[in-house]
Amino acid sequence: MVTLAHYLIASGLLFAIGLAGVLLRRNILVIFMCLELMLNAANLSLVAFSRFNLTQGLPDFNGQVFVFFIITVAAAEVAVGLAIIVALYRAKQTTHVEDLDALRG
Amino acid sequence: MDTIAPWIILFAPLVSAVLILLFGRLSRKLSAGLAIASALIGAALSWYLFLLPGEIEAGKIVWLDFSPGLQVNIGLTLDALSKLMLVVVNTIASLVFIYSLGYMAREEGYWRYFAGLSLFLFSMLGIVLADNLIMMFIFWELVGVSSYILIGHYYSRASAAEACKQAFIVNRIGDFGFMLGILVLWLQTGTVEFAELEQRIGAFAEIPQLLALALVLVFCGTIGKSAQMPLHVWLPNSMEGPTPVSSLLHAATMVAAGVYLLARIFSILELSAVALHVIAWVGAITCFLAGLMGTQQNDIKRILAYSTISQLGYMVLAVGIASTEEVPMFHLFTHAFFKCLLFLCAGSVILGMHHEQDIWKMGGLRTKMPVTLVACAAGCLALMGFPGFSGHFSKDLIIELTAAKSAPLFWIAVGGVALTAFYTARLFLVVFLGSPRSDAARHAHESPKVMTIPLILLGLAAIFSGWPFVSHFFFHELPHPEVGFGVKAAINVALFLGLLLALGLYARGPAKDPVSIPFFANRLYLDDLYAQIVRLIQDGGATVMALLDRWVIDLAVRLLAVGARGAGFVLALFQTGNLQAYSFFFGAGVIVIIYLLLFK
Repeated sequence: MVTLAHYLIASGLLFAIGLAGVLLRRNILVIFMCLELMLNAANLSLVAFSRFNLTQGLPDFNGQVFVFFIITVAAAEVAVGLAIIVALYRAKQTTHVEDLDALRG
Repeated sequence: MDTIAPWIILFAPLVSAVLILLFGRLSRKLSAGLAIASALIGAALSWYLFLLPGEIEAGKIVWLDFSPGLQVNIGLTLDALSKLMLVVVNTIASLVFIYSLGYMAREEGYWRYFAGLSLFLFSMLGIVLADNLIMMFIFWELVGVSSYILIGHYYSRASAAEACKQAFIVNRIGDFGFMLGILVLWLQTGTVEFAELEQRIGAFAEIPQLLALALVLVFCGTIGKSAQMPLHVWLPNSMEGPTPVSSLLHAATMVAAGVYLLARIFSILELSAVALHVIAWVGAITCFLAGLMGTQQNDIKRILAYSTISQLGYMVLAVGIASTEEVPMFHLFTHAFFKCLLFLCAGSVILGMHHEQDIWKMGGLRTKMPVTLVACAAGCLALMGFPGFSGHFSKDLIIELTAAKSAPLFWIAVGGVALTAFYTARLFLVVFLGSPRSDAARHAHESPKVMTIPLILLGLAAIFSGWPFVSHFFFHELPHPEVGFGVKAAINVALFLGLLLALGLYARGPAKDPVSIPFFANRLYLDDLYAQIVRLIQDGGATVMALLDRWVIDLAVRLLAVGARGAGFVLALFQTGNLQAYSFFFGAGVIVIIYLLLFK
């Protein structure tokens, strides 16, 4: 039997992997993918909550509607983010975050 | 008409001052004409009001309303006192304005001069007409400003620039006391109007010391404006201004404002014996010491300046000992005429001598300036208090009243009489008798008619203004003290002693002063003492300020700078330039906030 806890653990693992990737990887594309992973971890927990929060035998659809919105926004964000990364590559000839240190104090 | 007239009197000079400032540069005649017209209108209306019986309601405008705490009006008071003063100020001002036509005929800054005179007249009339202390204080300061402008008329001369500065600053010291006095009176009674003040003065019944303090503080204003000891130093120096200015401001009217203030609050002063005591002593000491300093001066105007201080001392003494304010006002009245006359005579002599003021370069002017000679003789005799001349009536009245009150004050005042007789006779003998002591004196000439006619008119006033038939017309409550033969004898003996001493020393026309007392000539070294004190205070203040600047302000500024730099150094550690470090901080921050929100 798969319970809410299983889903949440899976979601937490995904989020942790994503966060670790954002914090540790160097390639900005991979970081970007890890960000998406974190988003999807959040989506997973939302769907899980929706599925297990039954009222009168029906799931709470609010969570699922939320997930659709997030997917839509994420798609737009990917488009913008990838465009920024392309522009960045054109300007700096690199996709490594260590080379992007113009803000160092 | 009767209610509008005082407002016209007050504002006509202001209007003319403004017009002169705007258009006076166009023509000399215009500026002089405007000023003289305003003064003559004022004089005519003043006489008209004076001849009307009783008090006149001129109405008032509420200016600042903080009721019930404080209400300041611009209101005019027209009782016997202010009507008399209006007449004196406006009459003398008219004569001096006309005289100025001749005296200033060839001077620079004609329009500036007449604008200043008109502004002065406006301010002085404001003091005379004010019905509350605040309004009086405002005009009091305006008088200070116009005096500053007029003393500094020859501003390109360093001594004149210094003199006007000194006059202003020294007056500020007295005015500060005046302001504190007004505050104390207001705090205790809740009003600043003279009429109400008299009614509510009972608020001080429990604490007479506070009343005495308040009145002495108000008297500080008089000390400054009327050049009493110890703030007398500015008046002799103010002689740097044109002579008609000295005549109008620094002899006849403006310096009398202090005495007028005391007369205005006389009914309150009477309630505090301590304050009257202080006032009487300050006046007596001033009249004696100023006389001493006057005996050894060589500048014709300075001699007169010291005599003015001395006579003002008599008036202040009179406030301290008399039973009615008419006694000091009587001396103010006669003094205004004969002192104005003396200064105008001095102006005539100075003009005739081509701006030479040292009496030891004059001499023998009796044949060259006959009108001035006669007028000056009348003025000098009146100033001495020679029997039959106006000063005799008013000054002797004061001294006789003093005799009844206090023996030491009486002898000081009698000493003042001897000194006055001495230096006045010295001035007259050296200037007019003997033989000329310089080329300028040999070629001196009489002044034009526009100057001599005011001299003649004032000469008549100097002789007759004290006579009973005149004084009864202007004063109604003058006391007639019963005094013994000894008192009268003492006054007259002092007078003739001073006169004879001067005759013995100066009648033969010595080439230079046979008496030399540097202590008096240097004004008892008071001026030097003040200069030293000012320097000490200034140096001390500057040292303290420098230390404060270096160790308090600089230190604070430096600490701030060090703090900002340290904060910047610490915060810069977070600006690693590493994208992932930023996101780590961000995430950590979010976690901390969640922790605080949920688990605290």
